[in-house]
Amino acid sequence: MERRTIFAGWVLPVCLVAPQLLLTVFFFLWPAAQAMWFSLVRQDAFGIRTEFVGFENFADLFADPLYLDSALRTVVFCTAVAGLAMGTALLLAVFADREIRGRAIYRTLLIWPYAVAPAIAAVLWVLLLNPQIGVVAHALKSVGVLWDYKLNDTQAMIVVILASAWKQVSYNFIFFLAGLQSIPKTVIEAARMDGARGWRRFRTITIPLLAPTIFFLVVVNIVYAAFDTFATIQALTHGGPGKATETLMLKVYRDGLINLDLGSSSAQSVILMVAVVVLTGLQFRFIGRRNAE
Amino acid sequence: MATLELYDVRKSFGATAVLHGVNLALNDGEMLVIVGASGCGKSTLLRLIAGLEVPTAGRIVLDGRDVARLDPAERDIAMVFQNYALYPHMSVFDNMAYALKIRGLSRDDIARRVGGTAEMLGLGPLLDRKPRQLSGGQRQRVAMGRAIVREPKLFLFDEPLSNLDAKLRVTMRAEIKRLQRRMGVTSLYVTHDQVEAMTLGDRLLVMHQGVPVQLATPMEVFERPATTYVAGFIGAPAMNLLPGVLCQGGMAVDLGRGMVIPFADGKRDGVDGRKLTIGIRPEHIVLDPAGMMLQIDLIEPLGSETVLIGRMDDGELLSVKVPGRAPAGEAIRVSFPAAMLHVFDAETGLRLG
Repeated sequence: MERRTIFAGWVLPVCLVAPQLLLTVFFFLWPAAQAMWFSLVRQDAFGIRTEFVGFENFADLFADPLYLDSALRTVVFCTAVAGLAMGTALLLAVFADREIRGRAIYRTLLIWPYAVAPAIAAVLWVLLLNPQIGVVAHALKSVGVLWDYKLNDTQAMIVVILASAWKQVSYNFIFFLAGLQSIPKTVIEAARMDGARGWRRFRTITIPLLAPTIFFLVVVNIVYAAFDTFATIQALTHGGPGKATETLMLKVYRDGLINLDLGSSSAQSVILMVAVVVLTGLQFRFIGRRNAE
Repeated sequence: MATLELYDVRKSFGATAVLHGVNLALNDGEMLVIVGASGCGKSTLLRLIAGLEVPTAGRIVLDGRDVARLDPAERDIAMVFQNYALYPHMSVFDNMAYALKIRGLSRDDIARRVGGTAEMLGLGPLLDRKPRQLSGGQRQRVAMGRAIVREPKLFLFDEPLSNLDAKLRVTMRAEIKRLQRRMGVTSLYVTHDQVEAMTLGDRLLVMHQGVPVQLATPMEVFERPATTYVAGFIGAPAMNLLPGVLCQGGMAVDLGRGMVIPFADGKRDGVDGRKLTIGIRPEHIVLDPAGMMLQIDLIEPLGSETVLIGRMDDGELLSVKVPGRAPAGEAIRVSFPAAMLHVFDAETGLRLG
């Protein structure tokens, strides 16, 4: 159903669209254009001399082992966060989909973490995991695990993955629950009549019918893990120890705002922008094709 | 092929009792139709037998084994759903093969059995299609095929024709009957449509508010309805139900308006003045120049016959079905042949004699 409003003049429609347009221009188009320009130039640290260097910044990046390390680390991080967040959410959604007492409360509680600001969430995790005062850390030490994510690379990675995935579980949960509820009950019942039980029914009926939801969430989760976890990681580890948790997003920030290498930092953000465009395009194409069927 | 027996099967959802004790026995190869208005518990009964719901009490015995608390997978019962419930992501072939794969049949066996069933239902050319590429009638056929290919002990049909258009419904109805006869599988068929019920069933079970009211052959239900509910439910247009009182020492009924009709089949119990409900089917009322006056209110021509809805002198409505066209004039005179009366107790609604 299409609803259209025909405006008589142009003043009102412009006023209505202007706030959104202004936001887009000031907070996206302008910085994006600036980033693209900076990615093609080289500037000294004080911004006095500017030299056009073409794609040299990009070429430098792809030859830089530190950058490639960070890219690989990001891939590992994204995969782990997406996998953990989606797996946990699916499990919770399957349980919440059943007829259980008090499920309204249960579902509401599961959605709450989504409303917690990233930095606050990180503080919660710090309180749990801090090597000196953390409850979990204390428990781990009492069973003999040497726990200090501020010194141990692997432990640091585990901490940022856990904290980031936890934030995203709620979001995934909502979509999985909606997806599960949109599967016709009689289809599941038909499978029961056909003798399919438990895991087998889940694998051959539920998962294929959830496929569109799963694909959508894979893209959203990868984008989230790559771009939206900055605050969480920054608050927990600052990308450390060393560079153990420095994802591409943190590297952009560190190279640009701390090391003041604007050219390289801009080139990195342009690469990330292209990645988002590709992911989103893929998703739109896939969803468009499904709707056309 | 199997027998099915229900012993005092009850079901409540929370405090709401839906089935108040159903006893039933199906013979091997029989087609039993459960009919009733929506909310009478017929679908719940079917789901209990299928194993999709667990009964609150009672036993469900399939081929001598109590299955009431078994998972559907352990019952070997196939069901055809109202909305077909095909697996949308599977081809027609895979839809039909699904249950066989689960049972671990060999690839060759599966191909042979699905092929044979598809042949029988005329689905051969559609095996590679997905459900969304099929018409309503074709989906219905796939749903049937999915049940047939399993060669189950029992078929359950949950209003399988109600999503089809009128013409297709008639064709599929005949097809279901032929298939069921040919395969001889014990079947339970739930419907609210009395035409389906009359034409398909070897026997009918009429349900009302969670209680089975009458179990008999379709013609028996039509000719000797056990209660006023059954009388009004089976037959179209519905049977006329009129108040009357017993008179002449139980030998006749006084319908008021000077109509005293002696019973054709003998005396009814009770003292004179006992309140009765008298039923007479519209097609059994005859035009009679000496009969009661009826003002015509509405004429419904059906082609080969005509339904007249008339008003009696006290304003109550009476429907009359006459062959051919409607008689001329704004009023007719009718009488009730004594042999065609159905006599019920006015309090309990139960048939008397």
